Amino acid sequence: MPDLSFLFGQALSGLTAAMFLFLIASGLSLIFGVLRVLNFAHGSFYMLGAYIAYQFVRWFATTPGRFWIATVAAALGVALLGAVVERVLLRHLYGREELYQLLFTYALVLILSDAAKVIWGTGQLSVSRPPALEGAVRIFGTKVPYYNLFILLLGPAIALVFWLVLHRTRAGRFIRAAALDREMLGALGVNVSLLYTGVFMLGSFLAGLGGALVTPVKTIVPGMDVEIIVEAFIVVVIGGLGSFWGTFLGALIYGQVLSFGILVFPRFSIFSVFALMAVVLILRPWGLLGRPLQT
Amino acid sequence: MTDRRRLPWGVLAVVAALAVPAVGSRFYTFLATDVAILALFATSLNLLLGYTGLVSFGHAAYFGVGAYTTGLLMKQLAVPFLLALPAAGVLAAVFALVFGFFCVRLTKIYFAMLTLAFAQIVWAICFKWNDVTGGEQGMPDIPYPDLAWMERLPWAGSLRTSDHYYLVVVVIVALALWILRRIVESPFGRILTTIRENPERAEFIGVNVRRHELVAFVLAGAFAGLAGGLFGIFNRGVFPDFVYWAKSSEVLIMTILGGMGHFYGPAVGALVLLVLNQQITSYTEYWPFVLGTILIVLLFVFPGGIVGALAVGARRLRRSARA
Repeated sequence: MPDLSFLFGQALSGLTAAMFLFLIASGLSLIFGVLRVLNFAHGSFYMLGAYIAYQFVRWFATTPGRFWIATVAAALGVALLGAVVERVLLRHLYGREELYQLLFTYALVLILSDAAKVIWGTGQLSVSRPPALEGAVRIFGTKVPYYNLFILLLGPAIALVFWLVLHRTRAGRFIRAAALDREMLGALGVNVSLLYTGVFMLGSFLAGLGGALVTPVKTIVPGMDVEIIVEAFIVVVIGGLGSFWGTFLGALIYGQVLSFGILVFPRFSIFSVFALMAVVLILRPWGLLGRPLQT
Repeated sequence: MTDRRRLPWGVLAVVAALAVPAVGSRFYTFLATDVAILALFATSLNLLLGYTGLVSFGHAAYFGVGAYTTGLLMKQLAVPFLLALPAAGVLAAVFALVFGFFCVRLTKIYFAMLTLAFAQIVWAICFKWNDVTGGEQGMPDIPYPDLAWMERLPWAGSLRTSDHYYLVVVVIVALALWILRRIVESPFGRILTTIRENPERAEFIGVNVRRHELVAFVLAGAFAGLAGGLFGIFNRGVFPDFVYWAKSSEVLIMTILGGMGHFYGPAVGALVLLVLNQQITSYTEYWPFVLGTILIVLLFVFPGGIVGALAVGARRLRRSARA
């Protein structure tokens, strides 16, 4: 029996990973819920967020608060890119088969991953933690970096804000309505086309934000786009695609299973997640909190 | 009815392919081997994509399983090719059965995501399991099958081993394509098309949709495994890249490029994409960028792929000739 402080540390690291995953997967799930487009390029947006944040940290190397400037710039930059992609290209594919939309976002993955290689090279890049959050605190004998604590608080905060926007604002009502019946919403005089752009931007914003915030704890490398998109897929498959709380729950479960799975299969921790996903799919093919897809 | 004028394209293509080593240089044989193997890989994917309407984003998993199987058997255990190659198909089919069991329970988008997730898991195993797969370094030095008997053939005696292997590949791929063609034209194949067109209606008329999809998935996996087994020997090594998502995307793009609405579309796509790859990679290392751009142009301009566009063109020509 490993000691309690070790278990606590594992649980906490799983929780931190879950918060990042939630940020990414919630954007993916939101875009899918409203636009009915599964965005393979979501991971690429996350990767770009990380690279842009790195770039801004370099540019503002002497400015205090550079990490936060970089984070905001990355999230906004990626949101802008998302808006351009949606308005210029993606919207022409809405009437087409799902396959074409999937392939389009797939093409974006290929293009963006090479674009990032051209601009930032193939080496590993890293960003140091913001000065205000350096250092660590000891909780139950486990050293917890302040930055991780910050992420642990930020995750639920963003979930809460996100939920409030969806359920307590006019725009949020439109978004939820569009997820249910876009024709009806259009007939009622809402500019659905603009709403789609907005949702795609918001989703991309979350991906960029996730990418920027992950830089102090993970090195930036080519290939991080695919790694995260597979993880985000597993999270939404577990939680239910298009379900807000499902995504949150999926991320929490994923984080815990991954961080304790390492103890069971040290080299193949992904197995435990995979086993979990298989179980969920047998019992509830549309995810824990999702609803069956309507065709 | 223009049946009178129809040429046996398949036979002509095989004869032309068999003549490559005698006519072309070593490079052409190399390229032709690559094309033949990937044509089989892409056609196996099209059984799912074009015929059953299932979008698999992880078809490389079965290709990779096949490649590792044949590679391991031939290199570590010195199993003869005649057993090692079918083993690739069988093991890939077993993997496809296990993964497919979960995948076919899901609808389109979930299906695509799940196939990708499974493929990445296979990749992670191949990448990390050093003792068996060689991990990141892969498995180099896979021996050629024993093809000494071909030297006694009057017309193939003077060729190199790689040419001999190429001839074997052409024969196996031709056989596999013939079987696949029989499959899609069989009543079973027709049911797959029905499922693609309308799964609910297929269900209404008493078709077990899931089971048919699973069988299609296993068949596609088995043929992808065969292609992988052939490719590992051709490549003289098996590497985790074979299973990586980029491989899955490549074969998917080949299929779309050629045209998934036609049986030979994927093969044409394999040919065009590999020749393009040869040309472009001599200028730039950013092949994925080019690939992505090609894909976007295809989606917006030629959604039917090359064969689709040709078919439309041919129909117009015929109509104007008749008029």
